[in-house]
Amino acid sequence: MELFTEGDPIADTKAPAGPVEKRWETRRFEAKLVNPANRRKMTVIVVGTGLAGGSAAATLAEQGYHVKSYCYQDSPRRAHSIAAQGGINAAKNYRNDGDSVHRLFYDTVKGGDFRSRESNVHRLAEVSVNIIDQCVAQGVPFAREYGGLLDTRSFGGAQVQRTFYARGQTGQQLLLGAYQALERQIGLGTVEMNTRHEMLELVLIDGKARGIVVRDMVTGEISTEMADAVVLASGGYGNVFYLSTNAKGCNVTATWRAHRKGAYFANPCYTQIHPTCIPVSGDHQSKLTLMSESLRNDGRVWVPKTKGDDRSPKDIPEDERDYYLERIYPSFGNLVPRDIASRAAKNVCDEGRGVGPTKLGVYLDFADAIGRLGRKAIEAKYGNLFEMYERITGEDPYEVPMRIYPAVHYTMGGLWVDYDLQSNIPGLFVIGEANFSDHGANRLGASALMQGLADGYFVLPTTIANYLASGPLEKVDASHPAAVEARTDVEDRVQRLLGVNGDRTVDSFHRELGQIMWEHCGMERSEAGLRKAIDEIRALREAFWQRVKVSGTGEELNQSLEKAGRVADFFELAELMCIDALHREESCGGHFRAEHQTPDGEAQRDDDRFAYVAAWEFTADGEPSLLHKEDLKFEYVHPTQRSYK
Amino acid sequence: MNLTLRIWRQKGPEDKGRMVTYPVDDVSPDMSFLEMLDVLNERLILSGEDPVAFDHDCREGICGMCGLMINGDAHGPQRGTTACQLHMRQFSDGETIDIEPWRASAFPVVKDLVVNRSAFDKIIAAGGYVTAPTGSAPEAHSTPVAKANADAAFESAACIGCGACVAACPNGSGMLFTAAKLTQLSLLPQGQPERYTRVIGMVDAHDEAGFGGCTNAGECTPACPKGIPLNTIGRLNRDYLTATAKGANNTPGS
Repeated sequence: MELFTEGDPIADTKAPAGPVEKRWETRRFEAKLVNPANRRKMTVIVVGTGLAGGSAAATLAEQGYHVKSYCYQDSPRRAHSIAAQGGINAAKNYRNDGDSVHRLFYDTVKGGDFRSRESNVHRLAEVSVNIIDQCVAQGVPFAREYGGLLDTRSFGGAQVQRTFYARGQTGQQLLLGAYQALERQIGLGTVEMNTRHEMLELVLIDGKARGIVVRDMVTGEISTEMADAVVLASGGYGNVFYLSTNAKGCNVTATWRAHRKGAYFANPCYTQIHPTCIPVSGDHQSKLTLMSESLRNDGRVWVPKTKGDDRSPKDIPEDERDYYLERIYPSFGNLVPRDIASRAAKNVCDEGRGVGPTKLGVYLDFADAIGRLGRKAIEAKYGNLFEMYERITGEDPYEVPMRIYPAVHYTMGGLWVDYDLQSNIPGLFVIGEANFSDHGANRLGASALMQGLADGYFVLPTTIANYLASGPLEKVDASHPAAVEARTDVEDRVQRLLGVNGDRTVDSFHRELGQIMWEHCGMERSEAGLRKAIDEIRALREAFWQRVKVSGTGEELNQSLEKAGRVADFFELAELMCIDALHREESCGGHFRAEHQTPDGEAQRDDDRFAYVAAWEFTADGEPSLLHKEDLKFEYVHPTQRSYK
Repeated sequence: MNLTLRIWRQKGPEDKGRMVTYPVDDVSPDMSFLEMLDVLNERLILSGEDPVAFDHDCREGICGMCGLMINGDAHGPQRGTTACQLHMRQFSDGETIDIEPWRASAFPVVKDLVVNRSAFDKIIAAGGYVTAPTGSAPEAHSTPVAKANADAAFESAACIGCGACVAACPNGSGMLFTAAKLTQLSLLPQGQPERYTRVIGMVDAHDEAGFGGCTNAGECTPACPKGIPLNTIGRLNRDYLTATAKGANNTPGS
């Protein structure tokens, strides 16, 4: 059977015409407005309380809408945006180093390896400056210079210093800013907050998104919540790999359920592997920990020149070390973009030159920087990261070089959205990492926080008004047959998971799925590997539904049941990721196909055949998905081979 | 390593709860504490028993979701470390480890080691913010902030809201949590206009939520994985006193 069939191309993304720098202004002016008196009669559901969802819920409530917010954690403050370390980009040009909105736009399109939409990226660069203003006004304690002005640094391969930061905890501070704005609205009664609730289904009425089915994770109660529009801000799907830097609870269920109801899933194979994570220590490993990329500003990456060199790093003399990033990429050196640094680490480990007990690691060495700047200076910059490394590994990075290895960190793919961040289902909006929109095939460092907040504070609140203003929508409640059906589906599914009563735990399946994905759909992909993976995933998924053991009942706090539902959805997503990776017969950004590389081993794009967004439509279980192509046009940033040499 | 765990099991809020003993063998010193509990849970699930419920999410010490009393210490024996970042090399072979939930009247037990900490959110909702609706912000550089103040504000803002301070306090007080947010915002120019209404609002919400009062026992700061300083409570008290002297309604000139 064919793995997929091709459907109609996507003709219109709804971006206004005209010069790219005028499009957002045009859209804002043309967007319809909702009368303030009518806003409180309109309900918007927001799923997820990270940077995108938290900022969107707070802003919509400030504007006067009635908001219902949902998160699976015990507090909206715990969404995984909190773990972002490095910083947030903004085209403020405070350094007078040649930065501008146009340069941030250009860098982002190029960094995404020419697989993102110019209109969206330009808007992102434009609103980046407003984000910093907003966060400072909220009391976010950004790092400052002695003169009291904001400090910035260069980050992730950028040649300008446009990254604002709050020590190594920028995500935490930005998220707490959004969370506090959200709590203010909760206190005012404009946001109805539902913690420890998980979205398990989308409710469509007359083709429009009108509600969701949620499970109360404490009591097990399943209920249907209705609204005028639904916003998904449920994050990325990196946990399909089991081991990733995502929080344990991160999952694809909200977006996957919407996909099964008709929302296109775009570019699922675009995943970002972060080069600087602490290597796996054993089979017990439950997650991977990122060491901020900022470490590459001062650390030098190396491995021994000879295979199987088992000496301790301090016994390996300088001329027997290979500082391979500096050697291969003399102009960017240790600061090459993430995809390039990750693949280079994989290559040296594949050659047998990896270090550490598992040989899946490379050194990140601070000896030079400590010699040049002094231990104190390094402590001031990275002290908290060094402590964290020591807590986890038991090794002191001031004395012994850190060991790092790439790990799955971010997913650029997600639900397809138009310029308004609306999916192909009317009334279903998708923001933050959950959508596919701005990063193309590779995200630049410090751009995830920027996109989450751009979507939530500034873009969505404008574009969703245009949709709501086209109403009023027909009044519906949870007794509508479509809502009842969605709820029954959820109840049946819960019972089905509990009813298998097999002999393997959910985690054991998840771990095995992760190994298949890491092996065949990770840093390097090939046709043979992907075909093998698809077969293995299908077989494992079948075994899951026959052998999984979920303890307890549905009417209580049941973490094993929660995990089972998420892993069931990961199986389906994993297959689509492999199909997407298989059909994209080129290499671009985070998607590297072994068959498509330049003579010196760099990603080889094929713009003639693949300069499009792959938007997948679900058809039916066991039936091939339908591929819709959205052609990408580059009017301002002309595609070139990325070179960091 | 072979260990004996004694874990608090409680089916729900109504259940009385009890300590139950579980031997766990072949523990690697490179495992995190939560990974060790994962191993136990896998075994319990396969043998048809109810796994131990515990809260966790990021497993890198920043989300604040995990929180266990380990041998009577909030987050266990290593200072400045959340339970998720605590590794088994901190324990010895043959050791018996007691694992309990946070115990405080403001944090009722949901199940086993899971507690309800929504009282913290209520404190923030009562004033732990700067009123700055989206779009209303002035240019970020229009108000410089002295680096020392920005750094000290950051130090307080590093609180992860885990509740270890409450669990460690003999009174079950949430003063360190409350003071951390108040200190952050009162050190910044953006936080000044609401400074005194904020302190009254948050302290009132703290008391209403059932937290105990602070008697300067000083158990909170050593238990805090982020080392929030005790002197933040002094700042809270000073602002609270000023606020009550002014009258809580933010007398002009404040």
